[in-house]
Amino acid sequence: MSEPISALPGARHDGLARIEEAGLQGMITLRGDLATKPVKAAVAAATGGKTPGLRGVAAGKTGTALWMSPDELLLLCPYDEVAQRLEKVTAALGDAHALAVDVSDARAMFSVSGPAAREVLAKLCPVDLSPQAFAPGVVRRSRMAQVPAAIWMPDAQGFRVICFRSVARYAFDLLGAAAQPGSAVGVY
Amino acid sequence: MSTRIANQGRLIDRSKPVRFTFNGKSLQGYAGDTLASALLANDQMLVGRSFKYHRPRGIVASGAEEPNALVGLGQGETFEPNQRATTTELFDGLTAQSQNHWPSLEFDIGAVNSAFARFLPGGFYYKTFIHPRAFWKHVYEPFIRQSAGLGKAPKDRDADTYEHFYVFADLVVIGGGVAGLQAAKAAGETGARVLLIEQTAHWGGRAPVDGGEIDGMAPEDWIAQTLDALRAMPNVTLRARCMGSGVYDHGYVLGYERLTDHAPETAGPRHRLWRIRAGQVITATGAIERPLSFAGNDVPGVMLASAMRDYAVNYGVAPGRRVIVVTNNDDAYRTAIALKRAGIDVLRVLDARTSGGGALMEEAKAQGIRIDCGRAIAKVTGGKRVAKVAICAQEGQGAALEEVACDAVAMSGGWSPVVHLWSHCGGKLIWDDAWAMFRPDPARAPTGADGRPFVTAAGAANGELTLGATLADADAAGKAAAKSAGFKPRRIRTPQGSVTDEAPLVPVWLMPRAAKVELRAKAWLDYQNDVKVSDVQLAAREGYESVEHTKRYTTLGMATDQGKLSNINGLATLSEALGEAIPQVGTTTFRPPYTPISFGAIAGEARGAVFQPLRRTPIHDWHEAHGATWEPVGQWRRPYTYPQNGETPHDAVMREVRNTRQAVGMLDASTLGKILVRGPDAGRFLDLLYTNMMSTLKPGKCRYGLMCSENGFLMDDGVVARIDEETFLCHTTTGGAEHIHAHMEEWLQTEWWDWQVYTANVTEQYAQIAVVGPKARAVLEKLGGMDVSKETLPFMAWADGTLGGIGVRLYRISFSGELSYEIAVRAGQGRALWDRLTQAGAEFGMMPYGTEALHIMRAEKGFIMIGDETDGTVIPQDLGLGWAISKKKEDYLGKRAQQRSHMTDPTRWKLVGLETLDGGVLPDGAYAVAEGTNANGQRNVQGRVTSTYQSPTLGRGIAMGLVLHGPDRMGEVLEFPGTDGKISKARIVDPVFYDKDGEKQNV
Repeated sequence: MSEPISALPGARHDGLARIEEAGLQGMITLRGDLATKPVKAAVAAATGGKTPGLRGVAAGKTGTALWMSPDELLLLCPYDEVAQRLEKVTAALGDAHALAVDVSDARAMFSVSGPAAREVLAKLCPVDLSPQAFAPGVVRRSRMAQVPAAIWMPDAQGFRVICFRSVARYAFDLLGAAAQPGSAVGVY
Repeated sequence: MSTRIANQGRLIDRSKPVRFTFNGKSLQGYAGDTLASALLANDQMLVGRSFKYHRPRGIVASGAEEPNALVGLGQGETFEPNQRATTTELFDGLTAQSQNHWPSLEFDIGAVNSAFARFLPGGFYYKTFIHPRAFWKHVYEPFIRQSAGLGKAPKDRDADTYEHFYVFADLVVIGGGVAGLQAAKAAGETGARVLLIEQTAHWGGRAPVDGGEIDGMAPEDWIAQTLDALRAMPNVTLRARCMGSGVYDHGYVLGYERLTDHAPETAGPRHRLWRIRAGQVITATGAIERPLSFAGNDVPGVMLASAMRDYAVNYGVAPGRRVIVVTNNDDAYRTAIALKRAGIDVLRVLDARTSGGGALMEEAKAQGIRIDCGRAIAKVTGGKRVAKVAICAQEGQGAALEEVACDAVAMSGGWSPVVHLWSHCGGKLIWDDAWAMFRPDPARAPTGADGRPFVTAAGAANGELTLGATLADADAAGKAAAKSAGFKPRRIRTPQGSVTDEAPLVPVWLMPRAAKVELRAKAWLDYQNDVKVSDVQLAAREGYESVEHTKRYTTLGMATDQGKLSNINGLATLSEALGEAIPQVGTTTFRPPYTPISFGAIAGEARGAVFQPLRRTPIHDWHEAHGATWEPVGQWRRPYTYPQNGETPHDAVMREVRNTRQAVGMLDASTLGKILVRGPDAGRFLDLLYTNMMSTLKPGKCRYGLMCSENGFLMDDGVVARIDEETFLCHTTTGGAEHIHAHMEEWLQTEWWDWQVYTANVTEQYAQIAVVGPKARAVLEKLGGMDVSKETLPFMAWADGTLGGIGVRLYRISFSGELSYEIAVRAGQGRALWDRLTQAGAEFGMMPYGTEALHIMRAEKGFIMIGDETDGTVIPQDLGLGWAISKKKEDYLGKRAQQRSHMTDPTRWKLVGLETLDGGVLPDGAYAVAEGTNANGQRNVQGRVTSTYQSPTLGRGIAMGLVLHGPDRMGEVLEFPGTDGKISKARIVDPVFYDKDGEKQNV
């Protein structure tokens, strides 16, 4: 048996912000009518928490749900528990029309932390990253330079960025370039 | 002689000398100088040659509007052409070269063009160089190329870095003069998020130079106090050296920040492009002084009056020691007074107005300056420097009354508000007769998506040219824009600016009014593109009534300064020539950027390693370590082949094909698109998406399918696997995953929104490895873990299981015609499975193969490739794929289109195989010729090559092609002329070259 590996295991860069590949992360894409009981039950089954609203993040006891679109959520849980959570999700959904699928390996995840983290991301993402507009509890599905990315703040200290696995190197290099010494904007 | 003067120069620090070079000559300036002020301080009045006539040109302005003083800055990898000396801050070690001269600035051969000026009139491109025809390419164009153009393109890779910055604000104020400061303050006090940007390094704009009082304070003190107040507001961001470059739809504003141009040794990016989303925009961009059109107004030493005042007050530089001021308005008296105060000899103020000016004229008079009213300049003479001015009456033809020796002329033709940013997004202008200028029409502001105005002009940019009016206007603009952005303005007192009693301006578009033709032919409108009053008048005589046409015909305002000094004078000249009012003639269009911005800033971080995203499979590093040569497929890099022991890529490809056909090969197929489609309506959804029937597919089975666009053209193909009753997994081509997923979502969201189907793009969740060849089964059996026998897993079936302890989904599908398995594994274990397979396969002679071997093997089998056999104009029927088009289905996307008459035309070219008579390889894309020529005299054609390869299996060249009536012409020989002049002959054959009955894949 070989252990699965993440896209850029151990990658780390220290510049204006610290950029680290965040390792294996369980992720389940759930598509369905977010207002219905079975979907809410499925979210609770996977994360132990609530279904987030528009552009929201709902942290539960055992996982986190990120709003992706009006009919799509991304459910986060420990990587090793995805199969088991998917079973619970499927059971909770019952006959309801929905789609739940493991996408843990399709993505790469980075943590961007430090005082300049907001500015580093604001160089790459067309998103209002001011503290007034972007705080824990908010997620944006946007782009980072030329690739799709989702960003949120698990806490006040930093950000998580998810992109597709194939562009992990590009994303890491981009964040490193945006964090180059001498490039602090000084706005946030 | 231009020199440094004592006791002046509020922006320079005389304790900090700075060394720089101009055309290799070492010169000295001070910290705080611009390159222009430092050049003037060194008596370097001549800074360049004009575009067409190579006339000597000097510095005219002191800011962004400068047309002449363009230099090449830096060297090698930091070289940049066409940089304005007036907006270049001086730093130690700066190197500048003048442009557009040969062999030297002082002596220029191109200046003989000036002697032939009558052969280079307005529109000369279109007139002079037409005949004889052949001369254009061999004589005229090389000559024009040699003499045209300003700066030289850089040769080296840019050493600097650049970046973007996205920022959101309730309100953006563009321009940090007193108007911008007050507007930002008024808006900031409402609590709105305000971003204030200023193109220069200094706040306050012209006010400290122009004087007056604000709330009883000197302007400089008021500016300092206001800046303190703004900096204390947490909701206000100030940015100097950041130009408002453009205003676009939806409150999108570009700011161009120059971070290290003034300090190149500093770490970090050189420029930053601010990509701003603003609720409201205030343009407080000031005004630009207009030149006067008199003969010799381009002789070095003739300057805008305001610029001469700036050089004296801001930089302690006297552009001349004996100055004549010429004006049609009161403002130029400020220059006369400032120069006099700095100890410069002001010989004369020539006021074109018969009654002269107001209070400022009286002040000048009191200082002992001689003022001649109703007078004009007939002509300035001097070569590389003003030597003499001939004075005449404004109302006349230019007969000289007097000649006065001097070394500089300060001119003022009035002021034009900088309406560029107001106009970028559709703001309209009105003509102000009193000030002879276009100003923003507040009733026709640029409007946003909601139809409401989102740009407000403030201060001088709004046509309020006096200090008092500017401040009041800016205060009102700040409050109004904040209110529009949803904030409540506070009742705060408006600052009071002093009011000077000024006499009205009298428009002067030509000096003297009835100047003779020889004077008009030396009266410049556009310095940079060498357009004179006589050129515009000629254009009018030749029938150019539209200002846009005249612009292009004469090139007025088309240079890098975009006519900041010349446009209004030019269109006024045109309107006089046409006998129409100026507003009827109108302006040309103002387009971003306000001044040129660097390509680096536009590209931002996208260069070098991050120029473009490069998609890598989980097995990418292995390929790289094993010497793969790459084929770009979309943004992916796929191994093309793996040369071994010094093989050529061609030999490697041949080996890979042979090895796969004879033993076993493996391919990284991870890039194939994989889209999960799920729901009660998934089957009927796929029946409409694919040309064949998918709803009848049984769980556990696979089916090849074709996807067409609404217009019937084949857009993608791939294998669909049914996972369970409600779930399908659709494989797409490598390049197709994203757009096919988008295609599915579009139909689901716009047409079949009530169907119960969800999709998910799971392409990257899996690594996919094809194990292909007669020994493929043996390799998998060696790994062990699941039954891979023909009985349990027949052709076109799939199963979940494990191989070598790794969970997999195994598909029995084949794109090569061999016994073949495609193994999907979670991406995080893709590399591990690949490594295990290479170990297990070693004893069977397994080798990896790349995309070229894949292509050859599919061509040997007559399988089509999207992008080779298709090009957006090909339908499945052209490719003999009728078997994959369901006859039972009522409909599918493209069905109706495929019934159009042109689609059912029997003369559509159809797919065939092609076999060269000599065994060689047909050139890719070659056409099969037919008898005769078409209406354009081109040879008729009857087919073309779509794929062509050397087949190691058959030991000969094979090809596929589309041929007129192809399938009915088996055995016929076609001729394919190559680009090398040789003609290849090929016989039409069945496109399936290898294993026609498909026995090898079904074992």
